[in-house]
Amino acid sequence: MELNAKVPDGPIEKKWDRHRFELKLVNPANKRKYNVIIVGSGLAGASAAATMAELGYNVQCFCYNDSPRRAHSIAAQGGINAAKNYQGDGDSIHRLFYDTVKGGDFRAREANVHRLAELSVNIIDQCVAQGVPFAREYSGYLSNRSFGGAQVSRTFYARGQTGQQLLLGAYQALEKEVRSGRVRMYTRHEMLDLVLIEGRARGIVTRDMVTGAIESWVADAVVLATGGYSNVFFLSTNAKACNVTAIWRAHRKGAGLANPCFTQIHPTCIPQSGDYQSKLTLMSESLRNDGRIWVPLRAGDQRPPHEIPDAERDYYLERFYPSFGNLAPRDISSRRAKEMVDEGRGVGPSGVGVYLDFRDAIERLGRDVIEERYGNLFDMYLNITGENPYDVPMRIYPAPHYTMGGLWVDYNLMSTIPGLYVAGEANFSDHGANRLGASALMQGLADGYFVLPVTMGDYLAGTTFEKVDTGHAAFRDVEREVQQRTQQYLDIGGTRSVAELHRELGQIMWDYCGMARSEEGLKTALQRIPELRERFWRELRVPGSAATLNQSLEAAGRLADFLEFAELMCFDALDRDESCGGHFRVEHQTDDGEALRNDDEFTHVSVWEYKGAGNTPVKHREELTFENVKLAQRSYK
Amino acid sequence: MARVFSLWGSTVGKKIAMAVTGVILIGFVVGHMIGNLKVYMGPEAFNHYAEGLRSFGAPFFGTNQALWLIRAVLLIAVLIHITAATMLTLQTRRARRVGYRKYDNDLVFSYASRTMVWGGIIILAFIIFHIMHLTVGNVHPDFVHGDAYHNFITGFRSVPVSLAYIAAMIPLGFHLYHGFWSMLQTLGASNPRYNHYRRPVAAGLAVIVVLGNISFPIAVLSGLLT
Amino acid sequence: MNLTLHVWRQDGPRDEGRFEMYRAEGVSEHMSFLEMLDVVNERLTADGHEPIVFDHDCREGICGACGFVINGEPHGPLPETTVCQLHMRHYRDGDELWIEPWRATAFPVLRDLSVDRSALDRLIQAGGYISAATGSAPDANAVLIPKGSLERAMDAAACIGCGACVAACPNASAMLFTGAKVGHLGLLPQGQPERYTRVVEMVATHDDEGFGHCTNHGACETACPKGISVDYIAMLNADLRRSRFRQAGD
Ligand SMILES: Cc1cc2nc3c(=O)[nH]c(=O)nc-3n(C[C@H](O)[C@H](O)[C@H](O)COP(=O)(O)OP(=O)(O)OC[C@H]3O[C@@H](n4cnc5c(N)ncnc54)[C@H](O)[C@@H]3O)c2cc1C
Ligand code: HEM
Ligand code: HEM
Ligand code: SF4
Ligand code: F3S
Ligand code: FES
Repeated sequence: MELNAKVPDGPIEKKWDRHRFELKLVNPANKRKYNVIIVGSGLAGASAAATMAELGYNVQCFCYNDSPRRAHSIAAQGGINAAKNYQGDGDSIHRLFYDTVKGGDFRAREANVHRLAELSVNIIDQCVAQGVPFAREYSGYLSNRSFGGAQVSRTFYARGQTGQQLLLGAYQALEKEVRSGRVRMYTRHEMLDLVLIEGRARGIVTRDMVTGAIESWVADAVVLATGGYSNVFFLSTNAKACNVTAIWRAHRKGAGLANPCFTQIHPTCIPQSGDYQSKLTLMSESLRNDGRIWVPLRAGDQRPPHEIPDAERDYYLERFYPSFGNLAPRDISSRRAKEMVDEGRGVGPSGVGVYLDFRDAIERLGRDVIEERYGNLFDMYLNITGENPYDVPMRIYPAPHYTMGGLWVDYNLMSTIPGLYVAGEANFSDHGANRLGASALMQGLADGYFVLPVTMGDYLAGTTFEKVDTGHAAFRDVEREVQQRTQQYLDIGGTRSVAELHRELGQIMWDYCGMARSEEGLKTALQRIPELRERFWRELRVPGSAATLNQSLEAAGRLADFLEFAELMCFDALDRDESCGGHFRVEHQTDDGEALRNDDEFTHVSVWEYKGAGNTPVKHREELTFENVKLAQRSYK
Repeated sequence: MARVFSLWGSTVGKKIAMAVTGVILIGFVVGHMIGNLKVYMGPEAFNHYAEGLRSFGAPFFGTNQALWLIRAVLLIAVLIHITAATMLTLQTRRARRVGYRKYDNDLVFSYASRTMVWGGIIILAFIIFHIMHLTVGNVHPDFVHGDAYHNFITGFRSVPVSLAYIAAMIPLGFHLYHGFWSMLQTLGASNPRYNHYRRPVAAGLAVIVVLGNISFPIAVLSGLLT
Repeated sequence: MNLTLHVWRQDGPRDEGRFEMYRAEGVSEHMSFLEMLDVVNERLTADGHEPIVFDHDCREGICGACGFVINGEPHGPLPETTVCQLHMRHYRDGDELWIEPWRATAFPVLRDLSVDRSALDRLIQAGGYISAATGSAPDANAVLIPKGSLERAMDAAACIGCGACVAACPNASAMLFTGAKVGHLGLLPQGQPERYTRVVEMVATHDDEGFGHCTNHGACETACPKGISVDYIAMLNADLRRSRFRQAGD
């Protein structure tokens, strides 16, 4: 596997323009002759499908949801960044570029990040034209907020429903093309494998989740926009169905998987309340603007919060980071919360949580101001926990939230398999070791609206495709293999449910490959995951048949792939013998507990090549060079 | 014009037709009730009014011409109204073939809105009887052509008839209450600023019409009118 | 707490379907309704039975996947709350619950509590969009939008497409969903050019899909987890009326 990032030369702010000019174009009359498969209808998938269809390509789009509008992107709350500088507060494309590279702790590819910052501007224009109701001032102009510790206000938002509104925009554009006939949309269809012919991605095999039919689909190029894999932890802020199957299957077929250990833990989520817990709910980070985070000074202090005098409270973030205080970056505040809990100073029934207290803010600003700012979030919290944050402090705890790792892609978003493109959270591209708040929506839409439609044209125009149909042996083989695999889950006939086993995997990953990772922890995980995988194939029970709507069967397939993927994730975490961004190796920290990078040995992307079940994967490196932002140790002191 | 009629093709269009005819019908019912109040001003006044109806529109119209015109409009309105109602109701039956097994509070929607169809049918029956009773007179014990006052008094002297009238006003009231509000919705007469007035106004209208109409039989039975 | 559940089980679109009785034991008040069903399903699986099928995904009240009828109320008794956000503390020990799928001819039952809502997607295809080819957009601040109409557009845009309005409506009408989309796009300057063709096309599709018509019952508004107001239905009606009194293409 050789890694050619295909980064165009020239000064960074000219690269994308120049590249677009140099790319081959498909003659408009010929576009409809090309078939493109897009797996995923989230922000990345829907925007790509709609735009490719507008251009005239023949698009087939797949998702496992019952409607494209339900993709996990819908859940994004906070907002989307763009270097519009409408506030005139000194923002610029270069600053967004700089912040993203620095925030990513210098583990992202400069050229991609700069293109992302350039395109951010067009995204907002496009979305407004589609009818996305971004928040506005009384003057009628768009308003912005500052997000995730950025020094400028560049985040556009639609109440607490930014992701929903952006996705509805893309979804509506997609449905318009469905009507025009240029997109054929297949909902409740799960991609279970990728089909290569002569080394090129030429199609996929899916399972119709209603009838159970296993079907093949042919195309000239395939896009995976299948989202992130945070559910490897079982409990995460992701939707229940989010999974790794699509990219893992592509990986097994030869696509390099980059930085799988780069995962992001979000500091402000509602703590787990019991072992029946099915997922964790995120509370917008904006709460940290006014809430103060604390735990009791004394370990095991059981008193209710209001009985604990200030003298016996530890506002630890304000103590550690006088300048940033409660707004310290995601990874840092997450890790600190974990330390507190490990010291036995955690709060709440389970002892796993810290307080986010609005008492002082309410005193200072008055209840109405707080209500005006956070009313809906407070209601949500009250609804879920039954506790009223106006009277008692919120309890929060970090939870897995986003995965920076994913399939490796070059500047054109093509993976190491020719004709296989990867967009959105599913690729590794732009966020390095840590993603800034409000940057994922931006990346998904940049990929889908503006990058893929251009770069894929170059590939299609420059390739001669042999005519194949689903009768081709390659499709037959994969179909048979998928059929067998699906049947196997039903045949195990053990005693334990998918959820039980998935919980076990989640626990292992959370304990050893979560917020803080150590060599021996990871080694333990690397030995327990195969054991669990082996038990999965003995103890699993999937009732029902493969010929009906069978949710246990769907979940079983996803867990099986997580069980293989999890091992690679720990392997990568062990291999990356440094701390950077979301990846914290306890062996590598400054005396005051900050992540300590090892730029000499690890200023590269780790790209893993699959070598068959049971064999150790092979690592390839894409060396990263920083010509426009100079490498510097991150400091939030 | 063709475009306007094409509205009929959609459910919303039929609703608009119902609303428009509904307005006409409401107009009539209200006007009719006010006219009937003249009965409290004695025989002359009332007969004069009834006569007025017939010579209405003179000199441009001959006796009864204007009246027939009004009748025609009313008749067409009722026909359109009923046709639309029937077509919509039948179509809706198909929209949910299997109902729910259990309702905790089946008042999630108002009593008035649920009884529109039955209300309407009762009203229809009433109108037919009512015309035979006080206009044609064939179901009236002693009907004297031209003496509306006499027909009125003697008509309501019969307790069962009076009770029938009173009973009929209840569904009419509900029909008006929901009908008026519904009509505003259907015609899109909606403005966030004033919307909260719509229900009270509908209720007021219904109550006034019902009380006004009920007062007549009661006044006769209680001997207030002779 | 312990509950008695009567759950609608239906093996497939063509199956008759029936209610089956389950006991949910040791339910914690902190569970969400779906987590309570998860526990029931775990036990069904352990006993070798097929678990109850119900759609869900985000479990945050935003994706619109979840939804069934509890004792006649779509999404259950709590106002402006999806069933995934409904927590068991709102129930008492010994409660008896009847759990049924959305009932509408336009929403055929696929299995148990899961129904086919693709009719809503086809409603959007009919005109629930603003045509803006990628790349053609002017600067986002080129057209200013008064805050008032923007906020009202956003109120309508909050629809999550769950279908509870249809389930609640005595006529199984999708007018609230349709009105919400017509309102969202019709209140924005960008939505004006297609405003009247949009409403005509969407209403036509609404009828073809087999939804009932709206007799202004208002049950949809009560059931809507996003509190979308029937005023948007009035807005749709007005737009449809106007569409007939203007020149084609205005
Ligand atoms: C609670 C929460 C809040 C967030 N808030 C923000 C925010 O404020 N700002 C921000 O920038 N980012 C935010 N994010 C991150 C952001 O929402 C996601 O990273 C982004 O939406 C991912 O979009 P996507 O298109 O790549 O994937 P998704 O939206 O996850 O879409 C995945 C699609 O792929 C389909 N799919 C997956 N696998 C298969 C398969 N095997 N077969 C068929 N189809 C498949 C799914 O059906 C779905 O359509 C948040 C994330 C969470 C969880
Ligand atoms: C003659 C027999 C009548 C029948 C069978 C009838 C039937 C109905 C029905 C079924 C509806 C509800 C239809 C719907 O909303 O889908 C309705 C609505 C209505 N009716 Fe009647 N009705 C009758 C008479 C009247 C009368 C006499 C009046 C006036 C006092 C009236 C005024 C209205 C109004 C205003 C509406 C509301 C229309 C709308 O929803 O927009 N109707 N009628
Ligand atoms: C108790 C209340 C009512 C009284 C006392 C009453 C009285 C009368 C009288 C006296 C007439 C005959 C007028 C004439 O021929 O000179 C009449 C006609 C009529 N009334 Fe009523 N009415 C009542 C309620 C209603 C209602 C509720 C409706 C409709 C919903 C209605 C519809 C009619 C119609 C259609 C006619 C025939 C008009 C014509 O064509 O001559 N009436 N009514
Ligand atoms: S209008 Fe309300 S109830 Fe209907 S689909 Fe939208 S959110 Fe659900
Ligand atoms: S309940 Fe049904 S009748 Fe209309 S107002 Fe709502 S759609
Ligand atoms: S599961 Fe997404 S709204 Fe309930």
